[in-house]
Amino acid sequence: MNSTVKQSEITTKYHLPGDLAIWVFIFAELLVFGIFFLSYAFSRAGNVELFNESQKMLDTASGAINTLLLITSSYFVVRAVTAIKSDDAQRCVYWLAAALAGGAGFLVIKSLEFADKFSHGISLGTNTFFMFYLSMTFFHFMHVILGMIILAAVLIKARNGGYSAAEHTGVETGASYWHMVDLVWIVLFPLVYVIR
Amino acid sequence: MKYQSQSIAKLYFIAAIGLFVGQILFGVIMGLQYVMGDFLFPYIPFNVARMVHTNLLIVWLLFGFMGASYYLVPEEAERELYAPWLAKLMFWIFLIAGAATILGYLLVPYAELAKLTMNDLLPTMGREFLEQPTITKIGIVIVALSFLFNVGMTVLTGRKTVVTIVLLTGLTGLAVFFLFAFYNPVNVVLDKYFWWWVVHLWVEGVWELIMGAILAFVLIKITGVDREVIEKWLYIIIALTLISGIIGTGHHYFWIGAPGYWQWFGSIFSALEPIPFFVMTLFAFNMVNKRRREHPNKVATLWALGTAVMAFLGAGVWGFLHTLAPVNYYTHGTQITAAHGHMAFYGAYVMIVLTIISYSMPIMRGRTANGPKSQVMEMWSFWLMTVSMVFITLFLTGAGILQVYLQRYSDTPLGFMVVQDKIELFYWMREIAGVIFLIGLILYIMSFFVKHDDEVTA
Repeated sequence: MNSTVKQSEITTKYHLPGDLAIWVFIFAELLVFGIFFLSYAFSRAGNVELFNESQKMLDTASGAINTLLLITSSYFVVRAVTAIKSDDAQRCVYWLAAALAGGAGFLVIKSLEFADKFSHGISLGTNTFFMFYLSMTFFHFMHVILGMIILAAVLIKARNGGYSAAEHTGVETGASYWHMVDLVWIVLFPLVYVIR
Repeated sequence: MKYQSQSIAKLYFIAAIGLFVGQILFGVIMGLQYVMGDFLFPYIPFNVARMVHTNLLIVWLLFGFMGASYYLVPEEAERELYAPWLAKLMFWIFLIAGAATILGYLLVPYAELAKLTMNDLLPTMGREFLEQPTITKIGIVIVALSFLFNVGMTVLTGRKTVVTIVLLTGLTGLAVFFLFAFYNPVNVVLDKYFWWWVVHLWVEGVWELIMGAILAFVLIKITGVDREVIEKWLYIIIALTLISGIIGTGHHYFWIGAPGYWQWFGSIFSALEPIPFFVMTLFAFNMVNKRRREHPNKVATLWALGTAVMAFLGAGVWGFLHTLAPVNYYTHGTQITAAHGHMAFYGAYVMIVLTIISYSMPIMRGRTANGPKSQVMEMWSFWLMTVSMVFITLFLTGAGILQVYLQRYSDTPLGFMVVQDKIELFYWMREIAGVIFLIGLILYIMSFFVKHDDEVTA
């Protein structure tokens, strides 16, 4: 009885976090990555040895650190949303800055990884595995940058007092996109670096 | 009409419709040549008819886009056009250059035309869709730049709206990517590679922005839905278009000698290309359903909904049909491509130009909408052209499937010409549908001459 009451409370209070437009965008992005992941799985199935062999050349440690960085950064944007919901714009700005720092750390580590691969003469044409590795991680890399641009825009607006407890859709919009960037990496990392 | 200079669009639209008629006439001639190879030979050989058919299409669509811009930009920017005289001057230059080029195709052998126009100095001729003599290409650049300057100055010194910014981005892209028409490397792979930067990045990139902007403008006007709502849709459509369309260029790089990874990139990204078109369909129907006024121009609404649906079918569905590399391995360059090309160009670009013409022409002629007689006639032309285009597409698809099977897939593949003979029936049916399209077009033009009867009823 109690639980059904709670359930109906939840459904009436439920609202879509952020702008509807960002969700259309997020699902389109997830679709692109989804097709990439499926393509990867299919071509791996036909070429397991080559994939396993090439996978050994990847630096799992930096991939793992990057995973931690993105998850932590995602936690920071959650804190930013909570802060603005309690009308604390200043705290919201700090958390967003922390999230951005996480993203920047990711970019640095990933760039070092790319540099290492390129210095070994690895390119899109090396083999099917590296074609997928380079294109998927680079595509994701670009999304981290886009996500950071969105978060930075939200941060600037928050600093100028553009958001409040009553009106904070923009913060949720940015946070939703950032979670998507994180989510994609959480699938990408085990799929490409770990699973053999 | 709020601003005097908007009426320049009328010139451009009239020229566009005139060239459209020429395009269809040559289409019908060529359709007959498919089954009667020596029809009109040696006066209009097949290759010339084809060149005229495709070049006229592109030129009249450009006239349409320019007309649309001259109409909607002053209204959006809330000021007169920056330099109306320049727009008029460029109209005549473009029209004369275009007509001279087409006459050149028809009257002089192509090799002769190349010599005559000194193609040797900067060779750019001889490539599909970019057959124009170099001097015409330079003319196109001059016209495009003055056009951009004119429209750009109007936008930048007036009220800036999402519609005009998107339109301007699309038009700038159109001009920039055309520059690759001047890059003509000796290496055939490189040549094809960058040739697609004009062809693909036009129709599956920047032209879609132009289409989205025009559609958004017409929908704002005829539905009265809040600008903010329509602009948000426009943003989503553009984002989706660019995500899928730019790397989607890869679906042209499967077999031309480009690196193998393009088979993956091309397949993955172009598989998503139907999405922006699908969203555009949702957009158009949603806005019309949410309309806050009953605009008397019913037929403009019909065109707006029609273009969204047909663009999705022609560009989206028929494009997806043969875009995956393993499928395209068999279908590349068959009648399947022709089927897709016909419906995509008609649905996305012919119909969007006819939409803005349908909306703006009555206003430029001094009334909100045409009288019921004229509108009903235009609706007939809509259905005749659209349905016959569906049949052209279906017949070509049938021809294409048979062609792929007989020529490339069966255990005992047949030669190209043998197969062409076997699928003749489809070509005949396509030709009949083509003639019906022409009848629809004649009806469309007649609808402009129906005596305006609003004064009687009003």
